[in-house]
Amino acid sequence: MDFDLTEEQQEFRKAVREFSEEVIAPRAEQMDRDEELPLDIVKQMGQMGLFGLPFPEEYGGQGADFLTFCIAVEELARIDSSMAITLEAGVGLGANPIYADGTEEQKRRWLAPMCRGEILGAFGLTEPGGGSDAGSTKTTARLDGGEWVINGSKAFITNSGTDITGLVTITAVTGEGDGGHKEISAIIVPTGTAGFDVGKSYRKVGWHGSDTHELSFNDCRVPEANLLGEKGKGFAQFLRTLDDGRVAVAALGTGLAQGCLEESLKYAGQRHAFNRPIGAFQAIQFKIADMRVAVETARLATYQAAWLKDQGRPYKAQAALAKLYASEIAVTCAREAVQIHGGYGFMEEFPVARHYRDSKVLEIGEGTSEIMRWIIARDLGLPESNA
Amino acid sequence: MNIVVLVKYIPNPEGTPEMGPDHRLKREGVEGALDPGDEHSVEAALQLAGSDGEVTLVTMGPEAAVGALRRGLSMGGHKGVHVLDDSLKGADVLVTARVLAAVVKRQAGFDLVLAGVESTDGYTGTLPMAVAELLDLPNVTFARKVEVADGTLKVERQTEAGYDEVECPLPAVVTVTAGANEPRYPTLKGIMQAKQKPMDTLSVSDLGLSAEDVKATQEVMGLEPVAAKEAGEVIEDPEEAPGRVVEFLTKAKVI
Ligand SMILES: Cc1cc2nc3c(=O)[nH]c(=O)nc-3n(C[C@H](O)[C@H](O)[C@H](O)COP(=O)(O)OP(=O)(O)OC[C@H]3O[C@@H](n4cnc5c(N)ncnc54)[C@H](O)[C@@H]3O)c2cc1C
Repeated sequence: MDFDLTEEQQEFRKAVREFSEEVIAPRAEQMDRDEELPLDIVKQMGQMGLFGLPFPEEYGGQGADFLTFCIAVEELARIDSSMAITLEAGVGLGANPIYADGTEEQKRRWLAPMCRGEILGAFGLTEPGGGSDAGSTKTTARLDGGEWVINGSKAFITNSGTDITGLVTITAVTGEGDGGHKEISAIIVPTGTAGFDVGKSYRKVGWHGSDTHELSFNDCRVPEANLLGEKGKGFAQFLRTLDDGRVAVAALGTGLAQGCLEESLKYAGQRHAFNRPIGAFQAIQFKIADMRVAVETARLATYQAAWLKDQGRPYKAQAALAKLYASEIAVTCAREAVQIHGGYGFMEEFPVARHYRDSKVLEIGEGTSEIMRWIIARDLGLPESNA
Repeated sequence: MNIVVLVKYIPNPEGTPEMGPDHRLKREGVEGALDPGDEHSVEAALQLAGSDGEVTLVTMGPEAAVGALRRGLSMGGHKGVHVLDDSLKGADVLVTARVLAAVVKRQAGFDLVLAGVESTDGYTGTLPMAVAELLDLPNVTFARKVEVADGTLKVERQTEAGYDEVECPLPAVVTVTAGANEPRYPTLKGIMQAKQKPMDTLSVSDLGLSAEDVKATQEVMGLEPVAAKEAGEVIEDPEEAPGRVVEFLTKAKVI
């Protein structure tokens, strides 16, 4: 049993931490206010190799394990969730499906520029009518003259409308399988394809710097060769994509909570009430102690899930467990961090206010807390409730 | 282009440094990093060296100083030289310059030596000139831009009023300002590769220097905190203020 990161992972963590503190931190409040993804920072993250971390060097990646990728997400989230989710979604939802299920040709064309951060990829699964129940997909794609003709819409799609978005992989019904089940497949739709429209950005509670759009497809035609993976296997493919993504979202929650812990510790030493630093009150100390317990536990759960994946062992339940726990403690830590900051915690000058707004979505995106509990219960052998 | 960069490992660049009982900065057993100022000279070297040049990083310091080399190598430097010798503890600027000059001399066919303007811990800002003097090389300081064209060095030298354009033959010693560039952050691949790159560890005798050569010529006798700045004066009367400001500036010989 070894809880130490390798020397390289530690050095890399330091480098990403420096980058987050020096490049992202000074801009975090502004991007939150402007509700705009700073593409120059994305570019720098690309130069640092962050978008190519868990992919092989032959596709322009860094050849890292998934744990190292999680460390990068965690370090970004300690400072700013918008940049962390941009990386997480770019890698986990944009590039990962192409890497996992793409043909050699698709990988050569799309993966390399995504690894360099020159283009961002998005993944469109959720629809206005439903996210958790992804099998109820209404978007359709039918073959016509060697092309897929796509109709439907997708909701809340991260990284889908930036100036450097290169593609979105969507799930669509491509026929009827055995027993009348919908047959779902994944199809790559390049940005700019006629009939593919990107709606305007949402007004979100948090993640203001992250790019999120509704997408619509009206007789949108792409070549038949844009099918990603196997026809009819789209459902199984995205379930696997989401398992990976959940480990990274757990890292994001851990990082956000770590940021809250550090900000709280600092403030508890600076702020005085009743002639002493507020950190001298046991009520404040206990909050901070609880935060530390939560952060370290979430980190262990996250790293274990990433490690299992890196070992090539089953990790679905561990991914759900880590995602559930880390996202819920992120919300708790952010709420308590605001409480420790008193009125200033409600003011946007303090990072904890932003962390508070940014935290909630972690319990929703890439599978809600309820869906995580369902997966964990099913893994325990409890009867199927959603059949 | 073969470039030698002089780099320093400094204790905890963001925090308050700790002083030892010998009135010297505690350098061992504390967190440290490549001097942030040196990141700019490493970056300048990497840009100048291009794809066929070679960047050699040189440091003198305790065991931990290898961290400075490692950071430079993970940014893209090609090899490192670490001068590690107990007799160098407490070395002053002249001794350090002798050691570094001796290392540079061993680098066959070098074209350029780069260094930071001053270290973030010591702040003497004199080491690169001493190295240049010992190597009998021209020295250009405060470079905000360094270029090499047709074997000639072209430097924009930062001045208070703007910049001077300086040309000088190679090899030369140049100090690089923080305004010169935006240092890159190491990639994971860079960090992994750094472990495989050649790293020489040399002692004083390896460099052909004697005990006399490295005997410090300065001794730190004591330490005093810098006197706190006097509180400023607030003039609230708008009638009186302009006259008093002029008076103050005249006295300070500013106007
Ligand atoms: C900022 C943001 C970015 C996003 N980015 C992307 C993206 O890039 N790509 C993408 O495809 N999607 C994305 N999503 C969508 C996200 O994954 C979904 O919102 C999420 O899966 C929930 O789906 P829903 O919103 O349709 O909620 P619903 O599925 O309608 O759920 C509503 C409520 O019912 C509960 N519920 C549903 N089913 C069950 C059940 N069986 N048992 C118990 N409770 C249940 C849910 O837990 C929830 O509390 C993003 C969302 C947000 C907010």
